[in-house]
Amino acid sequence: MHTVRDAGIIFRDEASAAAQKRTGLLIGLVQPFVYLALFGPLLVRMLPESGPSAWQVYIPGLLVQLGLFATGYAGFGLIPDVRSGYLERLRVTPASRLGLLLGRVMWDVLALFIQSVAIVLIALLFGLRAPLGGVLAAIAMMMLVGISLAFLSYSLALKLTSEWLFAPVLNGIALPLMLLSGILLPLSYAPGWLKAIGSANPLRYAVDAMRGCFAGEYGSDAVLTGLAVVVALMIVSATAGTRVFAGHNA
Amino acid sequence: MIEAKGLAKTFHTGQGRVEAVAGVDFTVNEGETVGFLGPNGAGKTTTMRMLTTLLGPSAGTAAIAGCDLLQEAAKVRTHIGYVSQAGGSKPGSPVRRDIALQARLYGMSRPEAEARADEVIAQLGLEELANRVILTLSGGQRRRVDLALGLVHEPRVLFLDEPTANLDPESRNRVWEHIRRLRDEHGTTVFLSTHYLDEADKLCDRVLIIDKGRIVAQDSPQNLKSAIAHDTIEIEIAGDAARAAALIDAHPEVHGVSVNGTLLSIGCRGAERLLPDLLRELESAHIRADSLRVARPSLDDVFMTMTMTMTMTDRRPQPGANAVRA
Repeated sequence: MHTVRDAGIIFRDEASAAAQKRTGLLIGLVQPFVYLALFGPLLVRMLPESGPSAWQVYIPGLLVQLGLFATGYAGFGLIPDVRSGYLERLRVTPASRLGLLLGRVMWDVLALFIQSVAIVLIALLFGLRAPLGGVLAAIAMMMLVGISLAFLSYSLALKLTSEWLFAPVLNGIALPLMLLSGILLPLSYAPGWLKAIGSANPLRYAVDAMRGCFAGEYGSDAVLTGLAVVVALMIVSATAGTRVFAGHNA
Repeated sequence: MIEAKGLAKTFHTGQGRVEAVAGVDFTVNEGETVGFLGPNGAGKTTTMRMLTTLLGPSAGTAAIAGCDLLQEAAKVRTHIGYVSQAGGSKPGSPVRRDIALQARLYGMSRPEAEARADEVIAQLGLEELANRVILTLSGGQRRRVDLALGLVHEPRVLFLDEPTANLDPESRNRVWEHIRRLRDEHGTTVFLSTHYLDEADKLCDRVLIIDKGRIVAQDSPQNLKSAIAHDTIEIEIAGDAARAAALIDAHPEVHGVSVNGTLLSIGCRGAERLLPDLLRELESAHIRADSLRVARPSLDDVFMTMTMTMTMTDRRPQPGANAVRA
């Protein structure tokens, strides 16, 4: 209860802060459209299928990509708060450690949710056709991935506490994660060794599962495996994030 | 209210072990304002961070408001307020919202938190700044916001890490006033670190001097001063200074005399009591004194004697009774 209450307090404060900076919100909403308009047509042509089914394959990948490069960069927002002493001030209060971090994560995930819905709606105009239930299930799964990514990003920011380190390290992690998740090109084209590395990437299972959802294959192995991976990833990330935060010494 | 026992912190860096705090013991009583004095890097901030649950000690422990620092960290947090060197206000937030946020995190409901925020805002004279974004405030104004954040839950112990560093004299005086009022009107226990000696002298009931991770002295500023340092009398002599020096040095209560041209510097205790005596002796020997000055010992002297980190180059008396470094 304590954790939920404290998370809510931080969430509201983050929301007020975001509402203050309207340009940030606007960019956040334009971003998905840019992704879709500049990237979608290229990729849809390259994929073997054509028409609506190509969008069914592309949109889940785009959602994960957005998560990786928007929510995954959430840690950037934490670094100035470490520097200003704001975070330390929060840590001296009796507030729940998990709650303090979760409040931020909730805000990041809400932003991801709004962007994801926007992507799907715009994609409908581009020609996406998919079952409503499947789309909702995929978005729900995406939110779980977003929670994990935000927690991991905050852990990394707390460990590095410098934008100059955080940016290259994060790029170094996010890019291979993206390439090995089958977002841009299916991993079925990859040689054996690359496939083997790719199979260690949890995002790969998330993408496969979300594609399954978009195709309406709810009970398939891909969907069930993906769900298990995503839930496990979330538990691990939240635990790691809270540990790093509670023991943070900067 | 604070009872530290063998509190120590060793950091492991690339270059090896650094013993930041080497096992300190001290007690701070309820309602006391205690100053933690020491040069940069002496271990002040590390000790504060351990006492405020931010940093786990390598050894030892402390009890704060009756709660054990290690076993009951969460309980300790409800009793303490902490204003770090950096402050901790959220730069992008308006003053009132940031203070209310802090109150919420101490368990107050939204209406309670807002009412309490208004109270502290009034207490610290921030009414006109309540809706300003913290980023736009001056250093002194921001420091008062930091204090408000530390006070919002009426803590029993307030930790202040260098509360007036980098403030102009007027802002310093204002912050001092608020700190004094905490003790006098609210009975708050205040533990403040500083490297300004005049700050410790003016605010604190007791001073702990820390150097290289160890506490090297603790007492009231008054006692520390009288135990360590001497008064100094300076007399400008018209005539034979050497003869005057010999005459004065013979006085049983004079500890030493140094001559610099026509200027005598006389080390003694109780300068006021001694001075008429000395002047009479000079007069009876027909030596005229042109001018004279008395300098009381400052915490500077105590500090230098205790920490030995600075060379005592300039201990000549300064004009004014309680000359201290500003």
